[in-house]
Amino acid sequence: MKAKIHVTLKSGILDPQGKAIEHALDSLGFKHVANVRVGKYMELDLQEADRAKAEVAVKSMCEKLLANTIIEDYRYELTA
Amino acid sequence: MNVGVLVFPGSNCDHDCAHVLKDVLGQNVTMVWHKESSLAGLDAVILPGGFSYGDYLRTGAIARFSPVMQAVQQFAAEGKLVLGICNGFQILLEAGLLPGAMLRNKSLYFICRETYVKVENAATPFTNACKPGQVLKIPIAHADGNYYTDPVTLGGLQANAQVVFRYCTVDGKVVPGACPNGSLDNIAGIRSAQGNVLGMMPHPERCVETMLGNEDGRHIFQSMLSFLEQKKVAEVR
Repeated sequence: MKAKIHVTLKSGILDPQGKAIEHALDSLGFKHVANVRVGKYMELDLQEADRAKAEVAVKSMCEKLLANTIIEDYRYELTA
Repeated sequence: MNVGVLVFPGSNCDHDCAHVLKDVLGQNVTMVWHKESSLAGLDAVILPGGFSYGDYLRTGAIARFSPVMQAVQQFAAEGKLVLGICNGFQILLEAGLLPGAMLRNKSLYFICRETYVKVENAATPFTNACKPGQVLKIPIAHADGNYYTDPVTLGGLQANAQVVFRYCTVDGKVVPGACPNGSLDNIAGIRSAQGNVLGMMPHPERCVETMLGNEDGRHIFQSMLSFLEQKKVAEVR
């Protein structure tokens, strides 16, 4: 099973990188862009056929290491 | 005083800390590799600055799972002194030994320059050699020093005098313009609720000798020595 994990800064937390990119897009003429947020994307293979067990494992990985839940949110997809 | 300086892969201020404690202040220093599991015999440990594990994922996120950090948790729970400087502070945050997290500097720049910090609490094991409100000039060198925590935790830190250092102007004014990195409430350093764990972004080990033009950092190490000396005297009695 493959897990695709997205980690982003929580809404309301200033994202200086997102702001810098937003300004760059603006200066390129993309005037209709707002709220750029930068995040991380990770994918990993799991030696686990049971979807429920895989979900428990991925969630635990996110909580313990992959995301810092004080400042970040995470979401994931599991695919066969 | 027996001080342990932890060494993670990517630590780069470890020898500066050791030099200050050993050569300048005449203490016993042990370098403790991150794979060690014991801190027996030590009175204090320092988590030095640097780029542990290349800052991969988040600063301090991987170092916090090094075997030695189990021992540091225990060491802190026993009330012994733990000082985290810069990346060491970031590791303490990730380990949950101090509350909050570090965000990228507001300016996105890696900032390496002198800062002024105000001693907001001079009654800690790390600041007892300072006067309350004293302004120290100590350099910073970081890209992720923008301290963040939720409003409830911040309120707790303020109410319990856990904010030990705030960025300020040369004459001690804590104003937004004096904050180099966007840090909440100008926070430059905090201590744990129990008081024996301190994290600070400025590098006191870089300013302890006259030859380097600034000795303000000496106060931090001198405070630790005095605290441990007094504790020893109290124990003998």
